[in-house]
Formats: sequence, structure tokens, C-alpha cells
Amino acid sequence: MKISIDADKCVGHGRCFSLAPLLFDSDDLGQGRVIGDGTIPSGEEEAARLAEQNCPEYAITISE
Amino acid sequence: MTIKPPVEDFATDFDHTDPKWVKDPYPIWDDLRERCPIAHTERYGGAWLPVRHEDVAAIAHDTEHFTSRTVVMGNGRPGEEAPPAPIGVAPPISSDPPFHAMARRLFQPVFAPKQIDDLEPFVRNLCRGMLDGLAGQELVDGSVDYAEHIPVAVIAKMVGIPPEDGEIFRGFVHEILEAVDLPIEERIERFAPIEEYIIARVEEHQANPQDDLTTFLLNAEIAGQPLSPEHIFGSMVLLIVAGIDTTWSAIGSSMWHLAQHPEEVARLKAEPELLPTAIEEFLRAYAPVNMARLVKEDFDFQGCPMKKDDWILLSFPAANRDPEVFKDADKVIIDREVNRHAAFGLGIHRCLGSNLARMEIRVALEEWLDRYDSFSLADPDAVTFSQGQVRGPRQLPLKVS
Repeated sequence: MKISIDADKCVGHGRCFSLAPLLFDSDDLGQGRVIGDGTIPSGEEEAARLAEQNCPEYAITISE
Repeated sequence: MTIKPPVEDFATDFDHTDPKWVKDPYPIWDDLRERCPIAHTERYGGAWLPVRHEDVAAIAHDTEHFTSRTVVMGNGRPGEEAPPAPIGVAPPISSDPPFHAMARRLFQPVFAPKQIDDLEPFVRNLCRGMLDGLAGQELVDGSVDYAEHIPVAVIAKMVGIPPEDGEIFRGFVHEILEAVDLPIEERIERFAPIEEYIIARVEEHQANPQDDLTTFLLNAEIAGQPLSPEHIFGSMVLLIVAGIDTTWSAIGSSMWHLAQHPEEVARLKAEPELLPTAIEEFLRAYAPVNMARLVKEDFDFQGCPMKKDDWILLSFPAANRDPEVFKDADKVIIDREVNRHAAFGLGIHRCLGSNLARMEIRVALEEWLDRYDSFSLADPDAVTFSQGQVRGPRQLPLKVS
């Protein structure tokens, strides 16, 4: 499973890197970005789901 | 000051300064969501009020039909002499694309999470110092003695102005954000001391550069050009006003809620790791900030015949109570896991200071919960709430132990 963020929708609410700090961090402007290639490591599925479900801009997608 | 008639029907004559709204806006929005769902008023020269999440989000994302030229709904519109779109009176909050992105980008690194983390020890010391000063008191005003001082001290430090000017700032907040039902001439008159104060601070920094946001603005460039004096002045107004009553309200509303829910206080003391989740829920349920837009040109939105220069009261707090998006929207659930709330707005104008606000709220509540075993409302009827686009307790007498 992979997680991705739509940079056109992200406005930097920061929910993703707060809820899933192993999957997301913030760039110098405070925008969210995926760490690595977005592959969700074992044990991080719950954090990934929280990040996806708490983004106010619906910018995060989990895909197979 | 003219005496306005009380609102009979919020669907056709809404007013966010009406005592019923100030006391308890939530049933009003719930009712409008069922009946309208976009309310209208002839007050303020014509305004619309969307209350569904879907409509609020659509307008917040639509910078083609709605301008942010001014974001505080009042009598009158920005005058001809006011900086026009896309810059607006207080960039970047008052700016439209494409200028907005450039003006916002200047500030984004300053308010990015890593920079805000560095301010946390300052906020923690500030809160502890205030609580030390309250030691021995059985009655504490959570707003007057605690919450209102926190954002004022932080922004004074960031902008580089004396912390003892806090009282002056709170006066500005009142004039700009709360006294919106005054005639336009009186509002302009009351703005003069704000202008004088800010120009004096800018001139001091021109003579004596400091490591702060005022000097940062004086040195900043957009597309290789220094910022205009109007831009610097407007951004100073924004920095000083935007973060104060908003954050103060969010801290105060959280304390007001917890003072009525000792079981939740006990749980947060036992499970401190739950606090950030609880704060998101307080932000959803008691979101302090409504924004405003102006309609750019005559335009039909969801069947509403909007006219050029009609106001939109963009109620993120109402969106946060929409049952279409939030299960049990009217209940405060401190461990709510799915919470796409819009307390900090939606779209390109997402609150620039949201990382700072969240940190201040968390540290303020952590220190408060650490200091007191229990607290409750000393007199529920003595609690007062602010009037205008920012909602939060202004008097919050608490019995503490």
C-alpha cells in the first residue's frame, strides 16, 4: 500500500505530518510531503489512515 | 451609535452581532442548514451566510468569484483609497491570486512547524509564570487572567514590540474586529491611533534594525522589489491583530468546555497523549473564526442571486457543525478520530499561523491541567462571549483548586 499527497490541494494544514510523522514531514514552507516513495511500512497502516481521514483538503490518498 | 432592531428571522435578516447569535450561534446555524441553506440579510449593505460545509468549502476555494479584498464584514466597503485587489489592506489575508501566493510565501518559512517549535519554551515559561502569579487564588478568570495574555506576549516577541503594549493591541482587536456595527465614519476615525502606533514601531525599526518580523518585512522583497509602505503597514496590522483574539478564543473555549466536564479533565490527566486529539475537537466544535469575502461580480451561487460587493460571511464554525461531514456534529467527542475540521479555513488562505496557534493552545492547556487538580465555572451566567467574527469567552470566572 502507498500513500500520496496532491500538492495542488495541500495548503499546509499540517495534519498529516502531525498524525503520521513516519510517513510525512513538512517542507521549508510548511507544506506536507511524503517521506520516501510513499510505501506504507508494516505497522504504519493506522497512522496512514488517520492522515488520509483528517486532511481538511482531501489531499491524501491511499492506494494499493 | 444606531440601535439595530433584534433579528426576527436569521434566514432573511441575519446579524452576527445580534445578542442571540453572540449567546449561542449553534442552534441558529442548525436551523438555517435545514431551511435555507444560505441565509441572507440586507444589513451591512447586503450579505450571505452559507452554513453547509459543502458551500463554505466551495466559496473558500473559489477565488474567481469571491475576493478577499477585505475579510471583516462591517458597515461600508473598503474605500477607493484602500489598496485595491489583488494586494488589499492587510496582505496576504486580503490578497487575491496571483499576488497572494507571493505575499504569503514571504511568511510561510517564518510560521513553518520547525520555526514554531523553537518558540515552545518561551510559551511554556510564560504560562508557568502566569500560573505562579495566580497561586493561592481560588477564583481565576480563565480569559482575563490567563488566555488573553498568551498570544499577545508571543506576537509582541515575534514582531519586536514591547510586551507591555499588550493592552494597546487588545484595543486594536476590539476596534478592527468587534466594533463592526459602528458607522463607517466612526470606524475610520477610531483606526487613526492604530495607524500612528504601527507607523511609530516601523520607524523605530528603520532606525534600529532588530532580529524580528518588523525588520524582516522592511528587508523583504517581492520579485526583486522592496515591499511598499502600504504592504508593510498592512502586514503589520495582520500580524498584530490576526493571532490575538483568535488564539485567545480557542484557549478560552477549550477551558470553558473542560470546566463543565470534569470527567474529561480526569481523562486528559490520565492520558495526556490524548490532548492533541481533544484540541482538534475543541477547534472543530468551538472554531473561533468566521471570515468574510466580497462577491466580485453579479453571480448566481446555489440559486442565490449574489450581487457585486455583497458580503459573504464565511462561517467555518458553521461548516464544522455540518452533520453531512461530521458524525454527531453537535457532540464534543474528545477522542474523535476522523476530524477534517475547517477551523483554520480552507484553500489558499489557510490560517498562516495555524502551527503557532496549535502550539500555544496545547502548551496553555498542558500547563493549566498540570497546575490545577480541578476547575469549574464559578457562575455560568457570568461567562461572556465576544461579538463579531471571532467567538470566544471574554470573561470566564473559574473556581480552581
